[in-house]
Amino acid sequence: MTSLANTVQEVFNEPACAKNQAKSEKERKKGCTKQLAPGAAAGGCAFDGAKIALQPITDVAHLVHGPIACEGNSWDNRGAKSSGSQLYRTGFTTDINETDIVFGGEKRLFKSIKEIIDKYDPPAIFVYQTCVPAMIGDDIGAVCKAAAEKFGKPIIPVISPGFVGPKNLGNKLAGEAILEHVIGTMEPEYTTPYDINIIGEYNLAGELWQVKPLLDELGIRILSCISGDGKYKEVAWSHRARAAMMVCSKAMINVARKMEERYEIPFFEGSFYGIEDTSDSLREIARLLIERGAPAELMERTEVVIAREEALAWKGIEPYKPRLAGKRVLLITGGVKSWSVVAALQEAGLELVGTSVKKSTKEDKEKIKELMGQDAHMIDDMTPREMYRMLKDARADIMLSGGRSQFISLKAKMPWLDINQERHHAYAGYVGMVELVREIDKALHNPVWEQARRAAPWETKPSEMFENCEPDLPSAIAAE
Amino acid sequence: MRGAAMATVLKPKKACTVNPLKMSQPMGGAMAMMGVANCMPVLHGSQGCTSFGLVLLVRHFREAIPLQTTAMSEVATVLGGFDNVEQAVLNIVKRAKPAIIGICSTGVTETKGDDVEGFIQLIRTRHPELSDVEIVYVSTPDFKDAFQDGWGKTGAKLIHDLTPERPAGAPRDPDRINVLVGCHLTPGDIDELRNMIEDFGLSPVFLPDLSGSLDGHIPDDFTPTTLGGTSLNEIATLGNAAVTLAIGEQMRLAAETLEKKTGTPFVLLDRMTGLAPNDDLMTFLARTSRREVPAKYRKQRGQLVDAMLDGHFFFGGKRIAIGAEPDLLWNMAGWMTDLGAVIGAAVTTTESPLLEKLPIETVLIGDLEDLEGAAKDCDLLVTHSHGRQAAERLHIPFFRAGVPMFDRLGAGHETSIGYRASRNLIFEIGNLFIASAHEPDPGSWRTEAIESGIKAHAARHETSNETAGMEAL
Repeated sequence: MTSLANTVQEVFNEPACAKNQAKSEKERKKGCTKQLAPGAAAGGCAFDGAKIALQPITDVAHLVHGPIACEGNSWDNRGAKSSGSQLYRTGFTTDINETDIVFGGEKRLFKSIKEIIDKYDPPAIFVYQTCVPAMIGDDIGAVCKAAAEKFGKPIIPVISPGFVGPKNLGNKLAGEAILEHVIGTMEPEYTTPYDINIIGEYNLAGELWQVKPLLDELGIRILSCISGDGKYKEVAWSHRARAAMMVCSKAMINVARKMEERYEIPFFEGSFYGIEDTSDSLREIARLLIERGAPAELMERTEVVIAREEALAWKGIEPYKPRLAGKRVLLITGGVKSWSVVAALQEAGLELVGTSVKKSTKEDKEKIKELMGQDAHMIDDMTPREMYRMLKDARADIMLSGGRSQFISLKAKMPWLDINQERHHAYAGYVGMVELVREIDKALHNPVWEQARRAAPWETKPSEMFENCEPDLPSAIAAE
Repeated sequence: MRGAAMATVLKPKKACTVNPLKMSQPMGGAMAMMGVANCMPVLHGSQGCTSFGLVLLVRHFREAIPLQTTAMSEVATVLGGFDNVEQAVLNIVKRAKPAIIGICSTGVTETKGDDVEGFIQLIRTRHPELSDVEIVYVSTPDFKDAFQDGWGKTGAKLIHDLTPERPAGAPRDPDRINVLVGCHLTPGDIDELRNMIEDFGLSPVFLPDLSGSLDGHIPDDFTPTTLGGTSLNEIATLGNAAVTLAIGEQMRLAAETLEKKTGTPFVLLDRMTGLAPNDDLMTFLARTSRREVPAKYRKQRGQLVDAMLDGHFFFGGKRIAIGAEPDLLWNMAGWMTDLGAVIGAAVTTTESPLLEKLPIETVLIGDLEDLEGAAKDCDLLVTHSHGRQAAERLHIPFFRAGVPMFDRLGAGHETSIGYRASRNLIFEIGNLFIASAHEPDPGSWRTEAIESGIKAHAARHETSNETAGMEAL
């Protein structure tokens, strides 16, 4: 078995994954990836997943080794924000051609690394493997090693070619790459008992910044966010944190678990979506830090902040409640934990008529049932046509989903809100939830819907079209 | 165009592409398939190949995009993709009921060397029930050529596979004309051109025709395949037309293929914006239809000439940096130099006979890093939306042209063909110049003119230095 196949098997065997643990030995061997159906598949590849997970590291060069498609069709399209370097938004690719395929692309890759160092001098380069060089046997691990030695800089191979599996697998393979090559390679200037890691948060639309001020206020330091608004050195010294929070479902569970094993950093799975979830997460962070030796008064201060922020958020949502009461939401989401958004929407008085559970664990589904009642409409795999019908027949008032399915809603002339990675609004923490409610309200009550659904004049019956009009207008004019 | 000197076409020596201008060939192929009615385009590759392309086109058109994948896994890639192609075809027929499935290859399946034409034959023998579904395959490896090549090849392959040969001397419909359009025309351009042609009493068939499928209308029901587009019957009867009009050098292959199969003669227009190219278009339509040019176009021509006179003050001497595929580059460079602008930098994606005719010393097949470097002394940046970072760093106005245009509304309705659209473009870009003009101040009284002279000299010098460091194609 190749080393990549080994890594994939290992990732499939994730002991901290509840969904995985519920399976039989035989099922587990098959891996957590459903076999993709040709002609009926949607979603990104493992390379896409790896890039999503690591591209938010802002000060490194992300170099894609492959033909133009992998980077040329996708660069600078993700919504992760940076407070400093913009280098992560520069598209670097070897753009391999026919000659490279015949003679191998390793030389071009090595030269590319050199050029990037000469021109941009980043603290590190992440090199992404893709399908074609993987097929022709380019050993990017060896090239990276040689380049690192030659140039005295970390050159990190991310071995996650698209065809090994879906996006989610790529998230984890990216995690393996930083576990193997980055984490634990540098030391922070100083540490405090209040140092935490946030794992699996990508700072989409600047969401991390909706929570960070609260942590700052509590004196809790984000030693490393993996990977939103991250810097290379912060990831490299993340092993010195006292505790960790794992966000975004299972995307980087392997990173959290292995850091617990290797560096004894306890972690919990939390979410910054929803008021109660945010409060729970803050409490959990404080609890873990206190367990690791932070003064117990941290919890009291945390409760004060929570009480204040919750009150503010409720006050912010209050005016929308009567406007949103009873409105029905269809929630189609992959990455974001469904139940955490469900709870948040219910807080605003909205009614959930369906939610996708494609990537949810059994535990998640139980939680959804608890929140939505036994008749919760959980959708495992809904075809676009079914979603369209549901909206067209007005069984839902608004759809919340990712960008690709927006037109299902818009073509049904029904409101839609983007809650996926290309979104422009940030919905995290207390302020984020008020923002989400405000956006839903804006979408639902926009006067455009009524106009869009208005029949064209020629669609009414001819008799109606000429109703109430002056009986003999032309002749009246003629008489004047 | 006035530039008489031949431009040298260069390829950079550097190994690493930085900030790609180019998009991959199969994406161009798939987008062309989207201009065929009731079609499901498929990329034969890993699911990521489709997913990236899909997201890109969704963001450009702000429309649902029909595009499927054969979802090749690592194992399937090594063993060969027959099973995946077969399953994809069966699944698509079951779920979407298309009239045609258009398959484009990718880097993965071309590296393996899948014989997809052979696969299709085998699928035909194994599944006679699929006889009413057309399957067209185009070879479009990612590691060769670019977006517009994929588009052009697909146009030609559709004709090759679906338009039957025609006996010599069979009667032609004198009012019918075929219009083979390049990917630098938007759905809005096709609508505009259709109106013009119909105003001459002719009935056009467009191939590929995105004006029905990606023009942003609201259908009555949800369809998983393309909506609108060229019908199979229209493709099958392309040979009955009196003549073919091809727009863009990239459509030459398709026009020649049609001529070879059916004897239909063609006229190729390589430009669509500006006075002379549209005079040519009007002349062509008047001759084909044997009708006078309608009054409204005479009026529009007058307005264009007036706009050119008003606009030339702002275009004259301006240095323009353009990053675009060859046909789009040729068109943009052409109409702007017609107004006295100078092409200060030209970067493109793939080879084309047009490149050496451009009015500039060197044209680079390169990326946006090259364009940004060469645009330092330019007054305007013209490229697709990915130029936004460069424009910000250069502090010069930025005009978005080409695919993708993901950070503006209405990409599908931008028009540049005809007198009217030419007039509007002059206003739009002229206004960018006006908005970025600097107010004179007491300190700048003598420097403006002199400095721009020095700048132009330095730029020429720098270009020739750079030329020394690059290898000519």
